[in-house]
Amino acid sequence: MKRKKREKRKRRLGILFCTLVYLFLFLPISVIVVNSFNATTSKPYMSWKGFTFDWYIKLWDNHSLVEAFGVTMVIAVVSTLLATVIGTLGAVGMYRYRFRGKALIDGLLYIPVVIPEIVLGISLLTIFAKVHIPRGMLTLILAHVTFCIPFVIFNVRARLAGYDSSIEEASMDLGANRLVTFFEITLPVLAPGILGGALLAFTLSIDDVIISYFVYGQTKTYPLKVMESVKSGVAPDVNALSTLILVGTILFVVLTQGNLFHKKSRQ
Amino acid sequence: MARKRSKHEFRANTLPALLTVGPVTAVMVLLIAVPLIYVAVMSFCSIDEFYNVKFDFTLDNYVRLANANYLKIYVQSLVIALVTTILCILIGYPFAYIIARTKSRKKRILYMLVIIPFWTNSLIRIYGWRSFLGSSGWLNTLLVKTGIAAEPIDLLYRQGTTILGMVYCLIPFMILPLYTAIEKLDGSLLEASSDLGARPAATFFEVILPLTSGGIFSGSLMVFIPCLGYFFVSDILGGGNSDVIGNLIERQFQSGNNWPLGAALSIILIAVTLVLVKIYQKLGGDMDSLGV
Repeated sequence: MKRKKREKRKRRLGILFCTLVYLFLFLPISVIVVNSFNATTSKPYMSWKGFTFDWYIKLWDNHSLVEAFGVTMVIAVVSTLLATVIGTLGAVGMYRYRFRGKALIDGLLYIPVVIPEIVLGISLLTIFAKVHIPRGMLTLILAHVTFCIPFVIFNVRARLAGYDSSIEEASMDLGANRLVTFFEITLPVLAPGILGGALLAFTLSIDDVIISYFVYGQTKTYPLKVMESVKSGVAPDVNALSTLILVGTILFVVLTQGNLFHKKSRQ
Repeated sequence: MARKRSKHEFRANTLPALLTVGPVTAVMVLLIAVPLIYVAVMSFCSIDEFYNVKFDFTLDNYVRLANANYLKIYVQSLVIALVTTILCILIGYPFAYIIARTKSRKKRILYMLVIIPFWTNSLIRIYGWRSFLGSSGWLNTLLVKTGIAAEPIDLLYRQGTTILGMVYCLIPFMILPLYTAIEKLDGSLLEASSDLGARPAATFFEVILPLTSGGIFSGSLMVFIPCLGYFFVSDILGGGNSDVIGNLIERQFQSGNNWPLGAALSIILIAVTLVLVKIYQKLGGDMDSLGV
């Protein structure tokens, strides 16, 4: 009896602790969401002056902000596509073929994962300056592709680990050529890994601040745009856009992975 | 005959290998290896009066970095990273344990709730903290209105605030590997331990902790190292006494315009990273559990 009571108390304590951690995780986001409805018009846009939807309308007049958001999305989509194609091919090739320098490539893949982003940022900056590639959209995409590839490869590789290559042989025995086999057999089997890798690449790309900070030139991404004004006070239209992005991503995930919240889904 | 064979060999092996591995090799060599080597070379260079990099060999940059002012910041950086890592373990472990051992279907939702905040850009979330803690922010307004504080307390520009920001940004990198490690725990082992008379504390230290230490090690690595470079966190939340090595590097590449000195600082950061990765591997850490 006593033990049961103690168990119950322990459980309650656990729930309380987890709630506090979730509060901590969501606190700064709720500040942003609430402030996006704040009617204040004077810096630093902090004190509450009443509820308004104005910022969601004014947002569209702030062309440089909307443009920066567009840049972020273009970079994220293009780099995700490139990194996913290059990474998937690389993972399959490295799994299947032996060649000289394989260990080196393998080792290089871990660098973007463990090294502080700032080191990657400045090393790309120096090399772009050395070979006179002007900083802008191109350098941003090159940088994002670079740090996304390893994550795609690791995801695809995890999928390859349980891969039975005899189905490929079966496909070829039945007369399919290499290319057909790749598209009809290999790709569908690897699809979950590829998709997971692509999703991770996309997330990393839109979240990146540090590496972009060193290679952006005149083309500003959304976070870089925010960075300019962060000390003097970010106008509530930025909060409004951030809120829209957050709602958009949550909707996207609920719609694409709706089964996540479905009753019967397990793992 | 031999020629025909080699042509077949080319089509069967060399060509597909080139097509699949070629692009990734090009990117990794040209955009990872070459730039890092170039940074290493640059760290032995100097600058002329127009801040252009002069390619002569000198150890000046490293001598400058051995100066007491810089040493102070390295130590400060390591302390901030260490405290951040410890806090992430202390908060992240019990948290990951509880959600990983949840049996109901709420488990996946609880897991997703950890990830959702991180879909908002990290810079914007750090700005959210700045708004919350600032002198006219929510917390101060609350403190003043309730009479707990007579006037707003300056919570920004402190080392503790930087650490708060670091913990906030990096804690998912601790929670997620711990979650994976704890989820893999075999429940029957825990039962066996308690059946054999072990107290809960003994079960924890003798069974659970050793079996999940891999998660702690990889989480710690993924928290500690980025912490040394997250210059924007200390920039936005911290004051003068919360610079990390990343701030020093950033300044040399932006306002300071002394790229060779910044390159030498980066080499130090790389060296620290390598040492930590070596320790991680010595402890039995698996490199593949870092990426995903």
